[in-house]
Amino acid sequence: MVVTLRPKRLFKVPVDAECLTPDIFAGKSNREITAWKLWEGNRERTLGKLFEVEGESGANPKEVSIQIFGDVRKVRRVGARMSAGEIVVHGDVGMHLGEEMTGGRITVAGSADSWAGSMMKKGMIEIKGDAGDYVGAAYRGSTVGMSGGTIIIHGNAGNEVGCFMRRGLIKVYGNTGQFAGMHMRNGTILIQGNSEGRAGAEMTGGRIVICGYIPSILPTFTIDSVRPRVKVEEEEVPGPFYMSVGDLTEGGDGRLYVSQTRNPQLGLYEKFL
Amino acid sequence: MAELLIKNGIVYDPMNNIDGERMDLAVKDGKIVEKVRGKGVKIIDASGMVVMPGGVDIHSHIAGAKVNAGRLLRPEDHFKDVEVKTAVTRSGVGYSIPSTFTTGYRYARMGYTTVMDPAMPPLKARHTHEELNDTPLIDKASYPLLGDCWFVLEYLRENMIEECAAYVAWTMNATKGYAVKLVNPGGLEAWGFGRNVRDIDDPVPHFNITPREIIRGLCTVNQLLKMPHTIHVHTNNLGKPGNYVTALETMKCVENLAKGDKPAIHITHCQFSAFKGSDWRKFESGAEEIARYVNKHSHVTLDMGQVVFTDTTTMTADGPFQYILHQLSGNKWINHDVETETSAGIVPFRYRRRSYVHAIQWSIGLELSLLIEDPWKIYLTTDHPNAAPFTSYPRVVSWLMSQAAREKVMKKINRKARRRSLLPTVDREYGLREVAIVTRAGPAKALGLTRKGHVGVGADADIAVYNVNPERVNLSKKYKTVRRAFQRAAYTIKEGKVVVKDGKVVRSVSGKTFWVNVKASPSIIEIAPTLQREFEKYYTVRYENYQVPTHHLAVSSPVLVKAGV
Repeated sequence: MVVTLRPKRLFKVPVDAECLTPDIFAGKSNREITAWKLWEGNRERTLGKLFEVEGESGANPKEVSIQIFGDVRKVRRVGARMSAGEIVVHGDVGMHLGEEMTGGRITVAGSADSWAGSMMKKGMIEIKGDAGDYVGAAYRGSTVGMSGGTIIIHGNAGNEVGCFMRRGLIKVYGNTGQFAGMHMRNGTILIQGNSEGRAGAEMTGGRIVICGYIPSILPTFTIDSVRPRVKVEEEEVPGPFYMSVGDLTEGGDGRLYVSQTRNPQLGLYEKFL
Repeated sequence: MAELLIKNGIVYDPMNNIDGERMDLAVKDGKIVEKVRGKGVKIIDASGMVVMPGGVDIHSHIAGAKVNAGRLLRPEDHFKDVEVKTAVTRSGVGYSIPSTFTTGYRYARMGYTTVMDPAMPPLKARHTHEELNDTPLIDKASYPLLGDCWFVLEYLRENMIEECAAYVAWTMNATKGYAVKLVNPGGLEAWGFGRNVRDIDDPVPHFNITPREIIRGLCTVNQLLKMPHTIHVHTNNLGKPGNYVTALETMKCVENLAKGDKPAIHITHCQFSAFKGSDWRKFESGAEEIARYVNKHSHVTLDMGQVVFTDTTTMTADGPFQYILHQLSGNKWINHDVETETSAGIVPFRYRRRSYVHAIQWSIGLELSLLIEDPWKIYLTTDHPNAAPFTSYPRVVSWLMSQAAREKVMKKINRKARRRSLLPTVDREYGLREVAIVTRAGPAKALGLTRKGHVGVGADADIAVYNVNPERVNLSKKYKTVRRAFQRAAYTIKEGKVVVKDGKVVRSVSGKTFWVNVKASPSIIEIAPTLQREFEKYYTVRYENYQVPTHHLAVSSPVLVKAGV
């Protein structure tokens, strides 16, 4: 069952749209959905006041598909805590997309702002454009980041991708900023593009695969071997890769794979092999 | 001012020996009176409900530099607990360390009207009072930390009791403090040099004074000044296995200073000081030994420091203890040294049911309060937020009142801890009278707050009404009903004004800040030049700026004390 949402006007201040999930829409009539309360800045509004709502919701969250059109760049926490169903954003979306989600699927045709999939537990987020900082990260101060599920970003991602990640998979087809996989405990981050450096700082487990250029790897990693390829789920990522272990300041056993061919400046490590 | 009549409530007022009597309470001008008459009387029908004096919390870290640093350290704690503003209340955040306004609202919702912040570094007094000013609906006070202050250590080493008394009196006035607080006496000064004291006879480095001398000295000073509360002591070796011996030694060391039946020492969050065993693996409860001692002696009062299994934030002035916690848990840590006065540490902590040590700790708190026969000697606290946030008091009340509630938790805790716990052998269950003692009358008496903790004529009209009927409900079986009732007071009345109705804050008023105004002989003037000189030498703050003026307090309520020196 498809429910379509269109903003009635351009939002100037953030809209906290925690309620835009199949779980809340399920089993509700169109009227009940439009009467649902949410905050625009410091004003409490109804969903119907901010959005044009069309279509019918299903009885079960699994059957619900929420299609969002128009400019929702100021709309935050879309799909937060959702457990099933589908959300499709036909454009760009605001911060905290799919925060703490436990299932279902979110697709974004455009770009997502920071904190996409932060603390997610299960499910799937696919972003066709770019993502901001802290993809799949822990909330500030917390040590529990993404603990399952998959995030696929076709464009670039910002800093601290997968901060405090505990399980799951993040794939970035473009480039990433600094500190990818910071504090990572487990799980996999695959970066097809370049990294701005400091990948895996304070990681204690898990894998980071960087297929592009990285200026340098942290001195607290020790080179272990050269691997011809890496297997990420069913996908074989062709190498060769320098495989380093770290972060040794944390007594960590994380694996950092960095492309050998794209990083000739790291060749000096080969004498330690 | 409006008059108020609370009709037909089942009143528990242990201080006036009223034990579940059905009676009316009359309120006029914020005080309890004999009777009210006239047309303007507002009537509250409390039939079938329990009426108690407003709750008094003797030990809860609700304000100050350390509490605020804890807030900064834990954004994730604030993220998961958000209060939306209403027409009368402000918004706020925080589960284990709620923001100031939220703290006031949450206490009032549970029927509490007086809360003591137990650890104020004298240097941070201004900050503490600014936060207390912003904590509505409750009366409050703060205890300056004096057990490691250089002035105190030096005066006591030279046995200059009168000068020390003059200094303590000056500090109470200067910081607008209420009681003398000692945290790990001597140990915090040692922590400044990366060390700690091992027991109460281990001398403090560079000061050549033992914790025993500090405790005895300040106890004497406290008595000389005729302070309303006894010394409030967080023992040495807190949070270390085997420390029940230190706790007993601490109680014993002031035994001969006690005058008559009057208490001379308050051991706070005693659960953390009742550990037996040589290391964490051989960890056991020392509650039985402590209870045996306390049952035989009248000079000691305690509070529980009850652990609840939850995610919280530990914060004490006990720097070395917090360092141990940081090492044990691997969690983030704040360490702070307050110039010549004290230290502080903050570490987030989660108490887990499945952990042997945590489960035993949970058991110790309850064992203490059930094995100590006289409820006037042990008060309910969770050492908020160290063992649990204060919002878990209703849960603790239900454990005290019901063996079934305890057994339900016992089933889920660590198996080894369950075997070793004394709780299955204890069938004592608190009645509402005892609950009224440990949550209001007892602490009020220990604090010397004569107008709090009871509803006799002349008392402040701080009243809590709970929607539970002990005549109809078996409280030991229906512990969930009890818990719910204590979570959401049907009415909380603060100085004659209804501030909470059905668990919702309906009106916000600011509470008073108590402080002890000690009137001593002119010896205070004698030490002023010394203080000024020392301030120039050691402090980053001028003597004149150090003192908190009365107008800095939103509602100043000095307690006049005529000292014996």
